[in-house]
Amino acid sequence: MYNFDYEAPSSVAEAVAALAAEDAQALGGGQTLIPTMKQRLAMPSTLVSLSGIAEMKGFDVGNGAVTIGGNVTHAVVAAGAGAYPALAELASHIGDPAVRNRGTIGGSLANNDPSADYPAAALASAAVIVTNAREIAADDYFQGMFTTALEDGEIITGVRFAVPEVANYQKFVQPASRFALVGVFVAKHADGVRVAVTGASEEGVFRWAAAEAALNDSFSADAVADLAVDPANMIGDLHGTKAYRAHLVGVMTKRAVAAAT
Amino acid sequence: MAKVSMTVNGKAASAEVEGRTLLVSFLREELGLTGTHVGCDTSQCGACVVHVDGKAVKSCTMLALEAEGAEVATIEGQAEPDGTLNTIQAAFREHHGLQCGFCTPGMVMSAAALLKDNPKPSEQDVREYLEGNLCRCTGYHNIVKSIMAASGQDVSALAAE
Ligand SMILES: Cc1cc2nc3c(=O)[nH]c(=O)nc-3n(C[C@H](O)[C@H](O)[C@H](O)COP(=O)(O)OP(=O)(O)OC[C@H]3O[C@@H](n4cnc5c(N)ncnc54)[C@H](O)[C@@H]3O)c2cc1C
Ligand code: FES
Ligand code: FES
Repeated sequence: MYNFDYEAPSSVAEAVAALAAEDAQALGGGQTLIPTMKQRLAMPSTLVSLSGIAEMKGFDVGNGAVTIGGNVTHAVVAAGAGAYPALAELASHIGDPAVRNRGTIGGSLANNDPSADYPAAALASAAVIVTNAREIAADDYFQGMFTTALEDGEIITGVRFAVPEVANYQKFVQPASRFALVGVFVAKHADGVRVAVTGASEEGVFRWAAAEAALNDSFSADAVADLAVDPANMIGDLHGTKAYRAHLVGVMTKRAVAAAT
Repeated sequence: MAKVSMTVNGKAASAEVEGRTLLVSFLREELGLTGTHVGCDTSQCGACVVHVDGKAVKSCTMLALEAEGAEVATIEGQAEPDGTLNTIQAAFREHHGLQCGFCTPGMVMSAAALLKDNPKPSEQDVREYLEGNLCRCTGYHNIVKSIMAASGQDVSALAAE
């Protein structure tokens, strides 16, 4: 890894100022960025660590919502998001314990890996991504694999999840990486069902509209039994063909609905 | 270069490091604590697991500067004060939880983190907790058995040695 200057600001305002420098980049838990820098796929001249910023460590439960600071680790969400059990369960299966002790929700959502877990939760929960500058609805936030609505130097300070009536996440683990080969998050809200799929599509996380419509008519595993996504848009690689992933989307959706009912 | 200070196995440690100096490099090269191993350097194998403020982390995937002010614990600090093996280490020896020993420092540190949170884990809990610790020798059964034994549970019914 190339060398860089390291800064550890203690407020969001200082971090935003530090990130204005040329080739400066934010460092969350480093569980994606440090390996990427070792491969020289990223080579910032300044790394701005967000981990000392107290205002990004908050964890707030109440009024039907769970609000999680951008710096909060997967381990803390797993242990503390009891008010939203499906979210806590998802966090408890990200990577391994050491990864969960460092990796953060802000880093995961900023990275938007097409096989990451949190993007599915955020999209299915109609979460709001809160940054230093604005609030972004999940529907507008995810813009394709590794692409988000974030501007250069914009920091995710928190994420607000509306707690659904019922929800469940089913992850088919790619056994070598422990990321999702396919993951489906089903959430039934007072105003409708949302189904978000990760790991499967060339476009990154997506909502499966046909399944949502069927589940709005009848929230049961049978309602989605005959639905299928188009394999043409799926990821095909050595871990699974397009057809295999398309099939898994159906299976994981059925399982998630069955587990939620 | 920047100065970093932390506590390692109860002793103050500080040095001038580069931004890119990994915690594992600081431990091994600055402090000479070579018990923490680098197996993969890609966050996969867990040979480099140490505790930072009581939590298991992969020290190959953390910068030394990120540990500023932290309490770090490594395998070198695990034995009892008189130098005898602690309960987990003794159980690894008793139950053949190691062969070449390369993964063992990370295994012991992960086991210590697990047992702190979950003093009587099930076999399944142990296997899940070790998801990020790879061993190329033992086939894991005896590692799991060692950790179960270290937790004071009867391991006579677990898979054979
Ligand atoms: C062995 C292993 C297994 C893993 N398994 C899984 C898995 O099963 N599922 C899964 O979803 N993930 C998995 N991950 C990834 C892990 O969840 C990472 O923690 C996460 O993707 C990135 O979070 P981070 O805090 O470590 O971010 P970093 O690595 O520090 O940063 C990632 C990117 O986000 C930016 N960034 C960081 N924080 C912010 C912020 N608050 N605001 C704006 N930008 C920010 C950085 O500049 C960088 O571009 C795994 C990682 C490893 C090493
Ligand atoms: S050396 Fe750190 S995980 Fe392998
Ligand atoms: S004992 Fe050799 S790698 Fe585990």
